[in-house]
Amino acid sequence: MAAEVKLTFKDFKSDQEVRWCAGCGDHAILNSVQKAMAEMGVPKEKFAVIAGIGCSSRFPYYMNTYGFHTIHGRGAAIASGAKTANPDLSVWVVNGDGDGLAIGGNHFIHLNRRNINLNLLLFNNEIYGLTKGQYSPTTKEGTKTKTSPFGTIEHPFNPGELVLGAQGKYFARSIDVNMKLTQEILIDAHNHKGTSIVEILQNCVIFSDNVHGFYTDKENKLDRQLVLRHGEKMIFGTNNDKGLVLDGLKLKVVTIGENGVTDDDILVHDAHEESPFLHWMLINMKGPDFPVALGVIRSVEDTVYEEKLEAQIASVKASSPIKNMNDLLRSGSTWTV
Amino acid sequence: MTNKIDKVIELDHVVIRFSGDSGDGMQLTGTLFSDTSALMGSGIATFPDYPAEIRAPQGTVGGVSGFQVHFGYDINTPGDYADVLVAMNPAALKANAKWTKLGGSIIIDRDAFTAKNLEKAGYKTQDPITEDNLGRFNIISAPISSMTQETLKETGMDNKTILRSKNMFALGMCYYLFNRELTFTEQFFEKKFKKVPAVIEANKMVLKAGFNYGYNVQELTPYKVAAAEIAHGTYRNINGNTATAWGLVAAAEKANLPLFCGSYPITPATDILHELSYLKNLGVKTFQAEDEIGGITSAIGASFAGSFAVTTTSGPGLALKSEAIGLAVITELPLVIVNVQRGGPSTGLPTKTEQSDLLQALYGRNGESPVAVIAASTPSNCFHYAFEASKIALEHMTPVILLTDGFLANGTQPWRIPDMDDYPTIHPPIAKEGTENYKPYQRNPENLVRSWAIPGTPGLEHRIGGLEKMDKTGTVSYVPENHQVMTDLREEKVARIVADIPDLEVIGNDEADLLVIGWGGTYGHLLTAVHDLQKEAKSISLAHFNYIKPLPANTRDVLKKFKKIVVAEINNGQFASYLRSVFPEFTYLQYNKVMGLPFTSIELVDNFNKILEEK
Repeated sequence: MAAEVKLTFKDFKSDQEVRWCAGCGDHAILNSVQKAMAEMGVPKEKFAVIAGIGCSSRFPYYMNTYGFHTIHGRGAAIASGAKTANPDLSVWVVNGDGDGLAIGGNHFIHLNRRNINLNLLLFNNEIYGLTKGQYSPTTKEGTKTKTSPFGTIEHPFNPGELVLGAQGKYFARSIDVNMKLTQEILIDAHNHKGTSIVEILQNCVIFSDNVHGFYTDKENKLDRQLVLRHGEKMIFGTNNDKGLVLDGLKLKVVTIGENGVTDDDILVHDAHEESPFLHWMLINMKGPDFPVALGVIRSVEDTVYEEKLEAQIASVKASSPIKNMNDLLRSGSTWTV
Repeated sequence: MTNKIDKVIELDHVVIRFSGDSGDGMQLTGTLFSDTSALMGSGIATFPDYPAEIRAPQGTVGGVSGFQVHFGYDINTPGDYADVLVAMNPAALKANAKWTKLGGSIIIDRDAFTAKNLEKAGYKTQDPITEDNLGRFNIISAPISSMTQETLKETGMDNKTILRSKNMFALGMCYYLFNRELTFTEQFFEKKFKKVPAVIEANKMVLKAGFNYGYNVQELTPYKVAAAEIAHGTYRNINGNTATAWGLVAAAEKANLPLFCGSYPITPATDILHELSYLKNLGVKTFQAEDEIGGITSAIGASFAGSFAVTTTSGPGLALKSEAIGLAVITELPLVIVNVQRGGPSTGLPTKTEQSDLLQALYGRNGESPVAVIAASTPSNCFHYAFEASKIALEHMTPVILLTDGFLANGTQPWRIPDMDDYPTIHPPIAKEGTENYKPYQRNPENLVRSWAIPGTPGLEHRIGGLEKMDKTGTVSYVPENHQVMTDLREEKVARIVADIPDLEVIGNDEADLLVIGWGGTYGHLLTAVHDLQKEAKSISLAHFNYIKPLPANTRDVLKKFKKIVVAEINNGQFASYLRSVFPEFTYLQYNKVMGLPFTSIELVDNFNKILEEK
């Protein structure tokens, strides 16, 4: 990517009318993605935006890049093939929580395991929107939906926990309305080599309105969100006086200045730590006792699938006497009549 | 070899079937015999018959592994019934005696016929010959195990290792019987066991001991088998799965595109994935996906990204892939789906052959979802039809289903090696940088093919997807009239492939009393049966289909010149149903069998004779 490319977010807008509901969190995410992509220094034709099925999966139609709106759950598998076949592309998958974690759950975990260098945005609104309001794998237990009129009886997935369980190397979390943070994370995900999973807490105004309201509430959000940045202390709160410490094997929220707690006691975020132990605890924090963790929670360098494949091909090619099909046809045991 | 041969049996062709426990090395024994025969100028065809279980219970009929070799002159099939059966234990005898020609020879390892083994094989008495009325055969009861032990007793090898060579004793006997040279097999030992000279020597000793045993006993009458009339050229043995893999690689080379195979292991297709995984020297990328759906969808992603993409599977896997095939249909991306058919439904008979999936290939998707369907008909022509399937997929921007089957996949044949210079260049309609006003669904008016704008090409950014697309522009469209237009275009696009496929050939007279119709892997058996009847001056011809959708342009003209038509298939009549729907003006008789086995030429001859005799 030597040539300097000057693009603006307008270059990424397609001529298609955006058909999401008014007030849907997807609008803000679309803007964030378009703005972030303009900053990445990648020529527009190198982007491939690939989606499955669901409200969020209409995303490719609204992006003036190469795009592929595929079938339910298969975005990650199709993107895996596209990136493996053509590693020069910047590949972005857009998934919802039903698409990515239910019908596409198998592809999601194996993508993480393989560590293919692509980016997957998981819009999590804890509901099936396009099919009009059924519970999803991330719906909180007890929630009443059209298929759980008396409340769900299923334990939900935490997407980040699934990433860790699948040996994922990168997990970040943002909120649709926080466009600045989303852009910052998207650029970081782009720069990370390997599979980057970005969960975006997204609001469905129709079927799960305010599902993340506890964290996004204007009055209290600073007390309920912890934005993590590598190398910085885990400090949050309206007065910037709350922080996280380790209490035995558990996290604990403390107030700086109370009970002898000082700045120095607060944990420093290490996104590059290979051990998922602390990342797991951060991913699982939830209110009211804890803030929700946002930002890049885990970002660990590791070998990348398609690079290893290319290297293997190059090494086998270099040592093989068979250079083309005619060589192959005449290799091994043959006889002449 | 100089032999004192008092009498010989002269034959045009011979079938020999090696059978034993699945741990007895019968596949190797059969392969060595067929390789030697091919190198000595015989025509050959082989077919392995093995259980689905890797180690089925020892000594039982379920655990019997077989390998049949047909060699000699004018060989089109692995043969129906064996002239010589090698049965290494009672279970092998129990399972295979019925596949031996009346008056044929059965070589048994006398030492394996213990009371315990007889019971395991399901014999009720200690005398299987009387019990199963095997006096009809020439039984050669040879002490194979003990002679092997005797041969190697000085080597210091343990008994278990020694007995592992007993298959080579049986092979040596067969080499005597058919006057085969030992050198090719000895060379094989030298290569295979390069690091353990003792094993090379032991195998050579046992092979030779078997040969000498054959020479010394009186029971064995040697055969003289005719050589084949073989065209000049360089040959190799190839099975259908390898030929398929190579055909795909050849097409990628001729299209100047990288080959990507997204696949998931499934019997009997997995060997294609094995072979392609090995061919990294030719730049092949294989992606062993997490499931069948991941196999095809990763391939569709690779196709979107500009590779020549394929996926390989068998019947149950094709079912799992059907939604994704529909995606490739509506996005009009090139894709080859290889389906190595096996007995169904469900898991069915994974290691057995059946023409199980023709209707699934044609119709097994939601919506009006046309794809091209092609079928290979011999192990070696899997190369040609894999190449053809690829060429059609790439030049017509469509998924193509290539049907082979377990019989073709594992069967081997000598194959005259082609020269890639004789194969055509493949021209995929790739949109060039600088194309003005690119529209993804703008079509070539002649063949209705859209052009392929590959991500990374500046200025051609566009979106495709599974929602119905507006004609030409490719934007999402719910307009009723447009859906009709696009549905018709997709069907017509596949129909126009007919311009690129050859006419249907008739083997025999263009006009006759009976036309036998077949497709795919039954070719060899149908050809043999029809040839046999033609030799008897019967009014019968054969039309064998490789192109199923679209059908060859002259199909109707061929069919209308025959008084009767019979469609013979290893299923309950799928191709017959299809022909009835395309050409309802003809009457189609059927001959069908679903036993997980190929036809026998004998049953076909009987059946065709009956049809010819009926007024």
